Amino acid sequence: MSGEKNRKKVPRDPSSRWPEILLSAPSLLWLSVFFVIPTIIVGMIAFKPPSIYGGIGEGWTLDTIRSLAQPSYPQIIWRTLWLSALTTALSILLAVPVSYWLATIPPRRRNLMLLLVILPFWTNFLIRIFAWKTILHPEGWIKNGLMALGIVGKDVSLLYNEGAILLVLVYTYLPFAILPIYAAADKFDFNLMSAALDLGANKLRAFWSIFLPGIRVGLITAVLVVFIPALGSYAIPEIVGGPNSEMIGNRIAQRTFSDRNLPHASALAAILAAVVLTPVVVMQLRQIASTHRRPSA
Amino acid sequence: MGDFIELQNVSKRFDDLVAVNNVSLSLKQGEVFSLLGPSGCGKTTLLRILAGFQMPDSGSVLLNGQDITRLPANKRAVNTVFQNYALFPHMTVWENIAFGLRMSRKPSQEIRKEVGEMIELMELGDHAHKKPHMISGGQKQRVAIARALVNKPQLLLLDEPLAALDLKLRQRMLIELDSIHDEVGITFLYITHDQGEAMSLSDRIGVMNLGRIEQIGTPAEIYEAPQSSFVAAFIGDTNFLNGRVCETVSAEYCRIDVESIGRVIAWNDKNLKPGDSVNLSVRPEKFRLFRNRPPDSEHRNLVQAKVVDLIYMGSSTKYRLECGDYILIVEQQHGRYLLDEKPITWDETIWLGWHAEDGYMLQRYEEKDEALMALGEDMT
Repeated sequence: MSGEKNRKKVPRDPSSRWPEILLSAPSLLWLSVFFVIPTIIVGMIAFKPPSIYGGIGEGWTLDTIRSLAQPSYPQIIWRTLWLSALTTALSILLAVPVSYWLATIPPRRRNLMLLLVILPFWTNFLIRIFAWKTILHPEGWIKNGLMALGIVGKDVSLLYNEGAILLVLVYTYLPFAILPIYAAADKFDFNLMSAALDLGANKLRAFWSIFLPGIRVGLITAVLVVFIPALGSYAIPEIVGGPNSEMIGNRIAQRTFSDRNLPHASALAAILAAVVLTPVVVMQLRQIASTHRRPSA
Repeated sequence: MGDFIELQNVSKRFDDLVAVNNVSLSLKQGEVFSLLGPSGCGKTTLLRILAGFQMPDSGSVLLNGQDITRLPANKRAVNTVFQNYALFPHMTVWENIAFGLRMSRKPSQEIRKEVGEMIELMELGDHAHKKPHMISGGQKQRVAIARALVNKPQLLLLDEPLAALDLKLRQRMLIELDSIHDEVGITFLYITHDQGEAMSLSDRIGVMNLGRIEQIGTPAEIYEAPQSSFVAAFIGDTNFLNGRVCETVSAEYCRIDVESIGRVIAWNDKNLKPGDSVNLSVRPEKFRLFRNRPPDSEHRNLVQAKVVDLIYMGSSTKYRLECGDYILIVEQQHGRYLLDEKPITWDETIWLGWHAEDGYMLQRYEEKDEALMALGEDMT
């Protein structure tokens, strides 16, 4: 009864959208003040000259944009992209089976396991990255163990390279992949898996054609919450990466703090933002287009 | 031998709970067999064992003479219509129905033909390209049945398929299921807790309780000749009269001393001797009510009773009558309610008559089964 009453209050008439606008106003305001406007400011600073004191000079200039044509940048941007993409792929590859398992174990054990997933957050992020430095240290037990097994030679370094960055990136972002995928798996109706087996699918096939499409929303969320922060990584490549494994975050920090060239840092940040925002905007537009095409039921 | 599906001494336990306790059961080819029982009686576990989702701890499952106990679900010629349908939400109706055929790697031309035929049989033509969330409950039900039947299984399992539908639709789907069965002719195993569904659809019913099969029989056998107080009370309503045989009247009849009611005559089909204790089950509609004492007739019991409650139900009226220490449930049909004599009302003392054959002697009686009846201590 009350459900029907409530439903009537939601305006069917598209012309009166005031309640919707009113309800979304706080978040809209938040996003405008703390996201849209700062992003525009960052973009604008890219077209300002630097001042000698590390600030922003007067007037407008395209010098910064021209100075981006350094041979090292494409390489750094490319490395940032593939490290982030690989981090996302590996995190999801690990998170999907973990989430499947979490969603099927009894609730009491599940809560304990979920606690373990978020347990690392109780230790400071920087300390955890430093811990990896110890673990991967040339005298560390992993190196010694691998050497004893004859897998790596004495002069191979486990630290200060792209591999170390990838490992720590996956370590850091795995919980962010597990949580949304688990949330989707938890809502997934596992009777559908039984139904697929009943209709002759083997377990792998049922997993692929029924489970994965069923947790699609969780997968998309996981991609966004891993890929985007990974693109902006700064501390991880700074600590476990080396001079030949810089990511764009390091370069932005260097331009900001060492070179005190804010316009240059802003230009790099704007490129990063464009890389992130373009696919999101395209996806949103496509979704809007498809909802408008759908016949109203 | 000769039976199409056979369960032999199947048992399954979950930790401390014995879900299925040494069940043996055989189904004939082409019949509709219902497993009927309250929730937790083990019927769903038995279905999952037949479908291949669960392996029994002991015992074996034979399909057409072939042992399939350890065969996984995707290798069995058994398909299931799930409770709440379990339709794949991201696929259209057409894709849902085609799923099984695709899994068996049939050529796409054949798939198109067979799915098309099934969609026509189930009258789903207008909905073939809709997603499950866009169609009604009854249509989802038909998709679920079509998705199972298109694989031409040897056995179709139906797990409470009508539980999610409203009453009118449920009745319509029952008739539809019956005609689908006539059309395809394969064996149906129907799981339900609803005695009405089981009675109207099945060739035979197996009544389950606490992991065991209490009784197997045709709907009429189950209703008219229940073997235990559980079967009698779970299927329909009944009255239990408990007493001791005091004399045998003839080879066929005996008199029973029922405490606080007196001596009643009963058909002695269990060949009981004087002194044996006996539990009679008398169905509510077997009684006749009289305002004035009718003339005595042979083998008819007559006792006085007081009306303590009555419910007018349209085609019939249900009464609760106080008779000795017993509260009896009686149901009377009334063909011409408005034209008949003044109806019996509350607090009247009336005569209650039933024939010796109307009481059925139970083999097993447990007092707690009385709680299963719809009209218990208070009618509300």
